[in-house]
Amino acid sequence: MTNAIFTGLMLGGMYALIAMGLTLQYGVARIMNLSYGEFLVAASFASYWLFTGWALNPLLGLAIVVPIGFGVSIILYRVLLTPLVRRAPTRDALEVDSLLATFGMMFIVQGIMLTMFGGAYFSYSFLSIPVTVFGETLALNRLIAFGLAVVFGLALYLALTRTRFGTAIRAVAVDPTAARLVAIDVTSVSAFAFALGGAMVAAAGVLVSMFLTFSASSGVIFTMKALMVVVMGGVGNLLGCLVAGLALGLSESLVATFVDPGLTLAVNFALFLGVLLVKPAGLFGRAQR
Amino acid sequence: MLWEENMVSSVTRLAAGLAAIAGVASLSAVEPVLAQSSVKIGYALSRTGPNAGGAAVTTLPNYEMWVKEVNAAGGLKLGDKRVPIEVVQYDDRSSAEEAAKALDRLITQDKVDFILPPWGTGLNLAVGPILNKAGYPHLASTAVTDRAPELAKRWPNSFWLLGTSAGASNTLVELLVKLRGEGKIGDTVAMVSVADGFGIDLSAAARPALAKANFKLAYDKTYPVGTQDLSPMVNEAKALNPDVFIAFSYPPDTLGLTEQARIAGFNPKIFYTGVGTAFPLYKSKFGANTEGVMGIGGWSGDSAAIKDYLARHKAASANGAEPDRWASAVTYASLQMLQQAIERVGKIDREAVIKDLQTGTFDTVIGKVKLENNLPTKHWWVGQWQGGEFYGVGPASNEGARAPVVPKPAWKAP
Amino acid sequence: MSPTQIAALAAGGAGLVVLALLPFYIDAYYLSLSISLLQFTVLATAWGLFSGPTRYVSLATTAFFGVGAYTVAVLGELLAWPLVLLIATAIGALMALIVGISTLRLSGLHFVIFTFGLAELVRQLVIWYEVNKTRVLGRYVFVDITQSDIYWQLLALAVAVFVIGWLIARSRLGFALRIIGEDETVAKHCGINVTLAKVTLFTISAVFITLVGAIMAPRWTYIEPSIAFNPTISFQVVIMALLGGAHRLWGPAVGSIPLTLLFEFLSTRFPATSTLIIGIVFLLIVYALPSGVVGLWERVSRRKPEPPVAPQVQA
Repeated sequence: MTNAIFTGLMLGGMYALIAMGLTLQYGVARIMNLSYGEFLVAASFASYWLFTGWALNPLLGLAIVVPIGFGVSIILYRVLLTPLVRRAPTRDALEVDSLLATFGMMFIVQGIMLTMFGGAYFSYSFLSIPVTVFGETLALNRLIAFGLAVVFGLALYLALTRTRFGTAIRAVAVDPTAARLVAIDVTSVSAFAFALGGAMVAAAGVLVSMFLTFSASSGVIFTMKALMVVVMGGVGNLLGCLVAGLALGLSESLVATFVDPGLTLAVNFALFLGVLLVKPAGLFGRAQR
Repeated sequence: MLWEENMVSSVTRLAAGLAAIAGVASLSAVEPVLAQSSVKIGYALSRTGPNAGGAAVTTLPNYEMWVKEVNAAGGLKLGDKRVPIEVVQYDDRSSAEEAAKALDRLITQDKVDFILPPWGTGLNLAVGPILNKAGYPHLASTAVTDRAPELAKRWPNSFWLLGTSAGASNTLVELLVKLRGEGKIGDTVAMVSVADGFGIDLSAAARPALAKANFKLAYDKTYPVGTQDLSPMVNEAKALNPDVFIAFSYPPDTLGLTEQARIAGFNPKIFYTGVGTAFPLYKSKFGANTEGVMGIGGWSGDSAAIKDYLARHKAASANGAEPDRWASAVTYASLQMLQQAIERVGKIDREAVIKDLQTGTFDTVIGKVKLENNLPTKHWWVGQWQGGEFYGVGPASNEGARAPVVPKPAWKAP
Repeated sequence: MSPTQIAALAAGGAGLVVLALLPFYIDAYYLSLSISLLQFTVLATAWGLFSGPTRYVSLATTAFFGVGAYTVAVLGELLAWPLVLLIATAIGALMALIVGISTLRLSGLHFVIFTFGLAELVRQLVIWYEVNKTRVLGRYVFVDITQSDIYWQLLALAVAVFVIGWLIARSRLGFALRIIGEDETVAKHCGINVTLAKVTLFTISAVFITLVGAIMAPRWTYIEPSIAFNPTISFQVVIMALLGGAHRLWGPAVGSIPLTLLFEFLSTRFPATSTLIIGIVFLLIVYALPSGVVGLWERVSRRKPEPPVAPQVQA
């Protein structure tokens, strides 16, 4: 039982980690980023490349990959997405446009990865050492990823709730039009939130690459998982992200242990659909529109 | 030294990426059209999508290497002259619909002389009727299906070289029976399988075979494709303390299960995993910890032909990639068979080539091959990592079979 | 009927005859390509039937498509073909009714995700059932249906979807749906039974999608969940319909046809780097055609003095 709970918590932490970037990009910047998973895998590849080619520890690699993720995202937003934001008359129109644009981006990122690394599976071993926590054996790399997910989540949460700029970000998430009325530069804040999401997805990519096997084509799995967590938790809500991620992770490991491993994903989706039926705006989402 | 090599390859990779972007920008990546009087060979492989991982390890490198080798020797020998191979290739995007369309295109538009099959069971079945209708030989070297004998009858142009899932499971159980007879293992088995064609077929065949041999199946679960944390199953299995752990798994799960087993300190006497165990990636990830791990596939690692094949494959691949130790060699052997059949017929006569494939004997990297009812008579079904090489250990009657190392040594810290 | 309408009808009829005779004149590859074109045209148009007027973006296409394909995989060898199609229709309609009634009160954004989750849920349940109950995954479909048969069935379905779409647009239902799309609250105040209208249309659209799945299944010999429930189908359909313009009946078709041809051209011309190039070309289209092909058409036709002639778009 304890083991199932620990495993579930760590898996849930990973789901939350994967989803935090998307909740910023989708919730604040209103970009429904279909290429999200591709960026995650790109960060995994970067980490793999640094680790095997330059013998650089992935945890140190974070210091390189995360700022790059931030920079690339801000350029993307400024160059590719700002024109869409400008021309979109309504939020719905922007959602459709961003869906289309990021769909194209998905192919581009995947294409670049395929040319550089080919289609094969990649995996490396880093800190896959057993550690004992409360009498249960866990993998150190997963534990570190979980710990960092909590740290990043908390830091972001504090930054959003305790700082002036964070409040501006939340204001844009709730109502961009009203935010403009109180002298918030919505475009800059959106760009920053999108880039922050890009930095988070880069961090997630590096951390999961320590224990998951990935290939240039596996991005879509992460996009979908992230999307589920984000919507279930309430779009734009970090706390919701964490709770939804943990709920999915726990249900998965409990079902695998006590019911049938074959039903884990079905239960995940059922849980997700159930939450949406009861609370259409997600666990922590406010009803909109 | 190794580190330096890696560094070089890292730099070339970066350069390749930049070059790709530049190349696309100028849209200049058009392949030159060879002069006529060539043998046109077409294939559609999964360059993208979920099948891309398997195709990139097992199929594409062998197709490219074979074409390069044949053309370096002047081409295929038709009668008394050598004719170079011209390749037409497409991406099937891992979709049955795209694969079918691409093959129709190869046949009617490009009018290729021969077609090399796609990767994987599903796609090989999807293109089966098309190749049969158009009368092209179909050398399926990456499909495991229990209907292989029936399919070979239905489509006499098709050759199912990788065998049936019943073959895989029965050989494994035979080996277990033998080891139990020698007193090396007890009779508790824990089995997990991926909820996809491969895992279902193999576990469905293994269950009755294990029961018949009086093994106790203490744990028997399936898990969905794409499960990201397999530790609940490993922990459950460990708690039951089985002698044998069998996983009919896909590559990402094979790596995940091995990693979890190592972390949990789960040391059954036999640790067997599915697709991916024979991948070079498995060795590079687990290093010395591969010792004693069994898996599906294997090859006669001591044979000169295989050693030579391994060396050539490493030399031919972009970054010295090794072949996998199961379907890669069979794929390459299928190409050798096709080549020998074409050269024996001496002209582009697909009907005669099919006839020759059905009746002839072929000299390949996996030894002499003679098909019976379009199926080979020998397969490697159980392999084991021994001293950094994945040797075939079952069936024990195969030429070059090594004795299995049992019990598997305990996992070491990395 | 006005002369222009009669002319349009005659031209449409003539075009249809040509299309029906096509399999006798083209080779296997062009037949394959035509099947692909028809498949996506029907899917995108059926999708647009519901999503166009209501503006709900559904990602459940692959759920219905897969259910259709699986019905054939299970029953294809046991029953007569028309009966199989009838059963597929019934299953698709029933599923759409259940889904529609339970979900159509969700807001637009969440409906998107919900329908995606639904597709995965159905897929996981099918896998679980096959694994634990029948112990086979992968089913073989050996039915006596040629490629030309598939083509004709799809063509008939394409005609049906356009006719029904046209009839709906002129009916009270179509009018009600347009009001819902503009403003649901207003629609309610006008006394429109919003849920009934939405569920009806969702069911009609889903039945077409299910039938496409059923008709396509014999083409692949072998059906497994990853083939039948391929999530990229859902996305492709949405992208095609949006690119064409979903608020017109013929919009999705003018998105699906060029996009299918473009993907085909690029993946044959650049097999190794097709992904990258498809992405770049796709982005260019998105930026060059801000309101889809329909938007472009409307802008061009507005510039002209005479009113637009009935568009002659055939599958």
